[in-house]
Amino acid sequence: MATISNKEVFLKGIIRENPVFVILLGLCPTLGVTSTAINGLGMGIATLFVLVMSNVVISSVKSLIPDKVRIPAFIVIIAAFVTVVQLLMAAYTPALNDQLGLFIPLIVVNCIVLGRAEAFASRNTVVSSILDGLGMGVGFTLALTLLGSIRELLGSLSIFGWKFAEADGMLVFVLAPGAFITLGFIIAIMSWLKNRNPV
Amino acid sequence: MEYLVIIISTIFINNIVLAKFLGICPFLGVSKNTSTAVGMGGAVVFVMTISTIMTYLVQHYILIPLDIAYMQTVTYILVIAFLVQVVEIVLKKVSPDLYQALGVYLPLITTNCTILGVAILVIQNNYNLFESVIFAIGNSIGFTLAISMFSSLREQLDTADLPEAMQGIPAALITASILSMAFMGFAGLV
Repeated sequence: MATISNKEVFLKGIIRENPVFVILLGLCPTLGVTSTAINGLGMGIATLFVLVMSNVVISSVKSLIPDKVRIPAFIVIIAAFVTVVQLLMAAYTPALNDQLGLFIPLIVVNCIVLGRAEAFASRNTVVSSILDGLGMGVGFTLALTLLGSIRELLGSLSIFGWKFAEADGMLVFVLAPGAFITLGFIIAIMSWLKNRNPV
Repeated sequence: MEYLVIIISTIFINNIVLAKFLGICPFLGVSKNTSTAVGMGGAVVFVMTISTIMTYLVQHYILIPLDIAYMQTVTYILVIAFLVQVVEIVLKKVSPDLYQALGVYLPLITTNCTILGVAILVIQNNYNLFESVIFAIGNSIGFTLAISMFSSLREQLDTADLPEAMQGIPAALITASILSMAFMGFAGLV
């Protein structure tokens, strides 16, 4: 891993290994909370916090954890930070907390967080794990905000809660089917672009 | 009657995958052919029912009396991880074929959000133990129904002539979207 610079560690999560659009991890919150851009952004930041903190702790205690029980140990560390986020959000952003609801405790089972713990933080230094967590978290946040913005734009003709037209939008984009179809088309566009300009 | 309402609403109206967006990872990951999808569904029915009972008991007999309900997330995920391990060991002994088929996906049940999601929803909805069991069974049947229908649709998609960029996941997501629209037709049933 020594050949990869810190900058690359940070940047790879944003586009080339974007957790949502390329690796397809963490799709439940991606689809579940992105009915508006604000919800997507809030969920993204909550996940970013958990990712960075759990990466820090896991990479610093990795040599103390016996290999056989590493997954349960990782999950407990992640769950502890999720509980912190849960309590913080309930105290300071109660409205957002109600909107995101069940998906906050479910950050525990977000495959991205455990995936990065297992694939990156358990084998790398603290500094590069922080960068990896930040990169992946920012990539996740961007993806959720993009998806939320598109759905909000088409579904209720507004951006970040600011309504620019009085007419009704296409309700289907706010409801469940809209989430699947929007994500489907974004991924199709990404792979179309990739096929056109092979890296 | 009340139980029937829970069953119908969890399977059709508020289908856990298509309306609540839980368990999307296995829904997309294990749905390439019907037999593994049904196997995964079976494993989820089994794990979800037992884990909901366990977490319900933990909540009402350990966490609430000790006044540490904020430890909910941490304890639940441990209980679920433990149960999945047990199921894996039992399945390996009892049905090696199914074990072979599910292989890598069984440990993934731990990070299947449906299991933890249902365990938390049961507490949020203030169900009693029997209602919780019905709720878990309904939701896991809903999951199995969604994933097995979806997998048979995807088998058909394999032979379809699609633009290159749409092949695989994009086409699968759009299929899921149409399936989800179809399930919205059940709204207002009860």
